[in-house]
Amino acid sequence: MRIGKNWKFKITPFRILLIIFVLIAVGASLYRFIFGLGSVTNLSDEWPWGLWIGFDLLCGIALAGGGFSTALIVHVLHKDKYLPIARAALLTSLIGYIIALVSLFLDIGRWFNFWRPFFYWGYHSVLFEVFWCISLYTTVQILEFGDIFFEKVKCPPLKRILGALMTPLLILGIVLPSLHQSSLGSLYIVTVDRLYPLWWSMLLPFFFVWSAFFLGPAMVTVEGTLAARAYKREPELHVFESLTKVTLVMMIIYLIVKIADLVYRGVFSMAFNGSFESNMFLIEMIVFVIVPIIMYSINSIRTKLWGVLTASILVVAGVIFNRMNVVFTGMADAMGGHYFPSIWEWLITIGMWSALVLIYCFVVENFPILPKEEQHGHGSSISYGKAFHA
Amino acid sequence: MSKGVLVDITRCIACRSCMVSCKSWNDLPSIPGSFSNNWDSPGKMDSNNWTVVTNHIIEEGDQIKWRFVKRQCMHCLEPACESACFTHAFVKTKEGAVIYKPTEVNKDYCVGCRYCMIACPFGVPSFQWEKTFPFVQKCRFCYDRMKEEGKEPACVTSCPTQALKYGEREELLAEARARIEQNPNYVKHIYGEKEYGGTSWLYISDVPFDKLGFRTNVSEKSIPSYTWDVLKWTPYIFFGWGAILTAMRAYTKRRAAVHHEEDMYAPVDDE
Repeated sequence: MRIGKNWKFKITPFRILLIIFVLIAVGASLYRFIFGLGSVTNLSDEWPWGLWIGFDLLCGIALAGGGFSTALIVHVLHKDKYLPIARAALLTSLIGYIIALVSLFLDIGRWFNFWRPFFYWGYHSVLFEVFWCISLYTTVQILEFGDIFFEKVKCPPLKRILGALMTPLLILGIVLPSLHQSSLGSLYIVTVDRLYPLWWSMLLPFFFVWSAFFLGPAMVTVEGTLAARAYKREPELHVFESLTKVTLVMMIIYLIVKIADLVYRGVFSMAFNGSFESNMFLIEMIVFVIVPIIMYSINSIRTKLWGVLTASILVVAGVIFNRMNVVFTGMADAMGGHYFPSIWEWLITIGMWSALVLIYCFVVENFPILPKEEQHGHGSSISYGKAFHA
Repeated sequence: MSKGVLVDITRCIACRSCMVSCKSWNDLPSIPGSFSNNWDSPGKMDSNNWTVVTNHIIEEGDQIKWRFVKRQCMHCLEPACESACFTHAFVKTKEGAVIYKPTEVNKDYCVGCRYCMIACPFGVPSFQWEKTFPFVQKCRFCYDRMKEEGKEPACVTSCPTQALKYGEREELLAEARARIEQNPNYVKHIYGEKEYGGTSWLYISDVPFDKLGFRTNVSEKSIPSYTWDVLKWTPYIFFGWGAILTAMRAYTKRRAAVHHEEDMYAPVDDE
């Protein structure tokens, strides 16, 4: 489908399905705004935060961590070999943040008051820092994206202004997410004595920001492979493979600090006490931290697409699993009652993530985001030739 | 001076006068609930029940003890809800009451994020889930009575057994210690003296507190001070990390080759 002269959007059956999901979510959201949270969610006084905060916000923001880790690697350390993935990472991150802001807006009870924290400075609240950083960082990302936007939509003066602003924006674009990724962890410091001790720690902010950072390369691998499959392109395997070094080192440090923290607080043995919480913790640590570490460190696994992809999927799932454990598993005992998201909470969540996919597709099909395809026929014939002669 | 209430659990007979007077003074609706097979209906606080009395049956050997605990906001000396709120919706008054302002005229800055509900270690703040624009609700320590008329809270007035005693917190602590001294039946602990930095409401009991649904062995440090231990680093991280990044960018830039980004990327052509 062409929209005007310069814009296009391909319609496939899958995309029609996604559009239907989005429309359902929009309808449900309107209903929620008019009739209140109680009418669509299963939230209660015991479980004031549910799927939208636990998954859409906490995981959405964490998964968008690819934006700031890639920005750090490419634009601060100037590791130029990673340039091919830089814009895609920025784009996913930007859409992720917009989704997070939308879900936050859906979740607040008195939504017409959403702007209040800008004027009533509750600086002693962790949420204050989260709110400011997320809003500012989304703005920064929109400006960063503006630089790309004006490559297509010609407007030289604006492009020049943005170009001049780019260095401070890039720095802010790393500092702000570092702050609020950690603050999302600090949010749960108030749950001392309630969040299960395997997760509660004064180091929560460190664990959150650190995992969001090492999640970045894994997320880039997963979404890069997905995009490559969707658009029948060659996956950037060499980039993915070399990015695993970052993830690997950071995950080993994560594991060591985690264990040291447990030992220091004297709760290490709780990991083996056989309770539901301890089992969930062991799964989190073994399946989603130790296994990827092993996979990343074995050459013959890391250099294959399936290997690096599987390990990266584990890392991504592991961070989601960790956030879910903090928000739900670890709090269940102290909060009492029970919570399972209602069908409407699910539908709105599904709609939001469908919107993410659709926006991503629209943007990469209309803006210069992915690297120009080289003539792969040429490249592959060489490797074919070598193999043939060998 | 800061006011408080001393709750003597040994004296409570679960008449629930406090619940009734709370509702009538604060104009809270009574909504008929469904039948529940326990004694302490409704059993937990919600937006229309700012105080409830819970029942506990404790077996000690062949003896059965029945104890009743009035619950409401503890009015922390350093309230977690106040520190958690990013729009200053909660205030700890100098009289000791922790109150939620947005229900007052022209004070509506509550966003409805419910972080106060996550932050409160006693699970007190409740939300008006059924409303389109819900407020957070909780016990206000009858701040209006306290401030304008110098009266004790409605629940204390209506208590027929003097299980509740209103007064200066310091004096109540002395009184609690005296009662515990005089009668060996009391557990040697005043709940609320030190828990989470101390609360305005204090409890004494002849049954261990953990058997009465209290969370025991909790931190004596207030929750706001935990948060502040982390938050105070924010400006240093902001400027420090920013400076490090700027320096790294400047240092590596000189060595990096110039790229023409505009030539690197292109829209995907999928048609």
